[in-house]
Amino acid sequence: MGVEQQDRDSYTGYLTTGHEWGGGLKELNTPVPRVLYFFLTLAFLFSVGYWVLMPAWPLGVTYTKGLLGIDQRKLVAASLHEAALERSVWSRRIETEDFAEIQSDPGLMNVVRETGRTLFGNNCAACHGVDAKGGPGFPNLTTTSWLWGGKPEEIFNTIRVGVNSAHPDTHVSQMPAFGHDQMLARQDVLKVASFVYSLSHPDAKDIDPARVEPGKALFAANCVACHGSDAKGNPEVGAPNLTDRYWIYGGDFDTIDTTVWGGRQGHMPTWEDRLSKLDRKILTLYVVDKRMVGP
Amino acid sequence: MIAQLTVIERQRAILISVAVAICGGLIVIVGRGDPMGIHGALIFLVAFLMIFRIGANYYTPAPSEDRLASYYDDPSKVGIVLSMAWAVIGLAVGDWVAWQLAYPDLTFGQAWSSFGRLRPVHTTSVIFGFGGNALIATSFYVMQRTSRARLPDQVTPWFVVFGYNLFCLLAVTGYLMGVTQSKEYAEPEWYTDLWLVVVWVTYFVLYLRTLARRKEPHIYVSNWYYMAFILVVAILHIVNNLAVPVSLGHAKSYSAFSGVQDAMTQWWYGHNAVAFFLTAGFLGMMYYFLPMRAGRPIYSYRMSIISFWGITFFYMWAGSHHLHFTALPQWVQTLGMTFSLMLLIPSWASAGNVLLTLNGAWDKVRDDATLRFMMVAGVFYGLTTFEGSFMAIRSVNSLSHYTDWTIGHVHAGALGWVAMITFGSIYACVPWLWKRERMYSPRLVEAHFWLALSGSVIYVFAMWNSGIVQGLMWRTYNESGTLAYSFVDTLIAMHPYYIARAVGGLLFLIGGCLGAYNIWMTIRVPGASASRTSDVPEPAVVGAGALQAAE
Repeated sequence: MGVEQQDRDSYTGYLTTGHEWGGGLKELNTPVPRVLYFFLTLAFLFSVGYWVLMPAWPLGVTYTKGLLGIDQRKLVAASLHEAALERSVWSRRIETEDFAEIQSDPGLMNVVRETGRTLFGNNCAACHGVDAKGGPGFPNLTTTSWLWGGKPEEIFNTIRVGVNSAHPDTHVSQMPAFGHDQMLARQDVLKVASFVYSLSHPDAKDIDPARVEPGKALFAANCVACHGSDAKGNPEVGAPNLTDRYWIYGGDFDTIDTTVWGGRQGHMPTWEDRLSKLDRKILTLYVVDKRMVGP
Repeated sequence: MIAQLTVIERQRAILISVAVAICGGLIVIVGRGDPMGIHGALIFLVAFLMIFRIGANYYTPAPSEDRLASYYDDPSKVGIVLSMAWAVIGLAVGDWVAWQLAYPDLTFGQAWSSFGRLRPVHTTSVIFGFGGNALIATSFYVMQRTSRARLPDQVTPWFVVFGYNLFCLLAVTGYLMGVTQSKEYAEPEWYTDLWLVVVWVTYFVLYLRTLARRKEPHIYVSNWYYMAFILVVAILHIVNNLAVPVSLGHAKSYSAFSGVQDAMTQWWYGHNAVAFFLTAGFLGMMYYFLPMRAGRPIYSYRMSIISFWGITFFYMWAGSHHLHFTALPQWVQTLGMTFSLMLLIPSWASAGNVLLTLNGAWDKVRDDATLRFMMVAGVFYGLTTFEGSFMAIRSVNSLSHYTDWTIGHVHAGALGWVAMITFGSIYACVPWLWKRERMYSPRLVEAHFWLALSGSVIYVFAMWNSGIVQGLMWRTYNESGTLAYSFVDTLIAMHPYYIARAVGGLLFLIGGCLGAYNIWMTIRVPGASASRTSDVPEPAVVGAGALQAAE
């Protein structure tokens, strides 16, 4: 340091540290602005105040609890409790009253529409769509065609137990793979598919009428146990009505053929452990309400 | 490159490559049937190419003793080229995943191109590939000049550069095959982590060896920052990646930590990766290249000291602000929040020190896009550190946490601060390194600057809006006292901002490509280099040169 000489920067008027780092790189010896110490002290004092008031420093197996006695767990529990209390004006009624009573009360149905929309969006829309109209593989919930019954009590139960789910009381439904498992020959599958297609498309010109008639006999022998002799389905086993225009997997000939050949086994989760009874009841009413105002 | 190595150094380089090739071969054998085996083959291939390259030039004449009179810059040159290559890859993948968020079908149905695999490819490429290579390259450059000492040998720096890039390559290819330990910014699996430990410790020792040879009585402030960066990243990396592999032949491992301890260790790592990788290292860069380019002395040596120790001390405590309102005990959150607030003061002292250094050189900032890159970086550094301390406050965090606001904050830092200071430093460094009068095209530098700035601003504003809209929707209740919006509703609201973000990212990517082209042409096309023979940059000349070019 001794050999280094005083060097004043002409622009700022400050001395440099007297050292040059090569290439002309220097540092000024400018004092640290007071304001920096001021804010550093201010930030530190704020922190000390905060430490005194809030849980802050560890002490071996415990910690300083803070003068305000604040605990985030208790705060959350208290605000959850308070929110539940606010909602209890309507939540108790929805929980206890039966479906018909709730449906006849416009005030409660407003709650159902408001709350049900979010509940449905967060839990059901991933499969059934935001508009509840479903998609390939997932039933449209706005129709009058219900696999497991369309009464509010039946829908409520379906939400509770699910379909082919892990719930002990689950709805169980399986459409066998008639072609793949060799219960029907390839030609017979085509005949049954043609017959089924004709049920919902009585005026269709694009199917072979020679297949429809034998298809009917094959249907009577293989399918009526679940779908019924009139093919209108059976909510006891979740067998869909094959005569209407609503289809889960698709009502075109190729999809019906695929279904008969490879079988189907849909899945709906059980919501009993995931949603409260209140939420499931709101969802039931929301879905029923959608259907009533639906197309 | 190889002609510069002595015969002994060539032998050592071959020996190291053979050792690496053997390791690669062993991994192929024990890891067959697992993605690890593919990595073994990759390691073997890289080492084999290395042996081949050195072997082919083995009998070129040994270099003269003259080489020892000048600094050893070849590793820095390669590091900068690799850095720009990673920048283009990382920014391109980043913009791709940004479009994926707006249009999810852009995965094209492939497993490797799913968001979960591409996103770490983006983060690793830009942070470790682009940022890390730039840090290594500039640290060699700065350390030698400010210490007036040559690197101690000519093999170790190559081991660090190539070893580090092998790490990046293993990391990125691993993600594409689904190899990840699911720790943010620490995704690579155990064998890749072990390799980085070897490389990184070598880097640290190399730094110490060079400093020990210095002919300066003092250690320049940039070197403190680079040292802190190297040392702390080593500690963070080793602790956070402690894990037990399922077997020696399997890529999968289980962390030594679980539950909330795992979360705390991860965010202690994560936040200090921001602090020491993305802040300390780049401050080292800024403390050298900004005053050199501006031709001005550092505003205050004393402020450098205060901010250095402030940043290194306070940052270490701040990680728990990532875990507000979680299972983490509240007292840890309190400490994280208060230390984050105190951290603002030394951060702003750094930003202030850097901006005040420009007093007397603002005319150069106006005319020279390279210096403007560094100035804007300083401004973004100040803004981002303020925002970071603000978001660490628990009540603010309850709105911002888990929303796009965080993404906006990170990118204000990553695009505005880290990338801008890197581009500025590289534009300053490339003509000095390759002994050119100036960059191939100052107008392209100017274009890059405006693309980068507008891209950053669009990105950050889009994410602020998206994040705050999202956060407010999550906490809006209807008259019944239940949530007013479903998750899908928030996605619909965010969609336009996602498109804006991807457009901002695209501008930034185009700027990066212009930069890579410009740097490549500067290297390829020899300019009037006769006047640039000195080993040490001459800031006044460089500033004047750029000034003329911009006029």
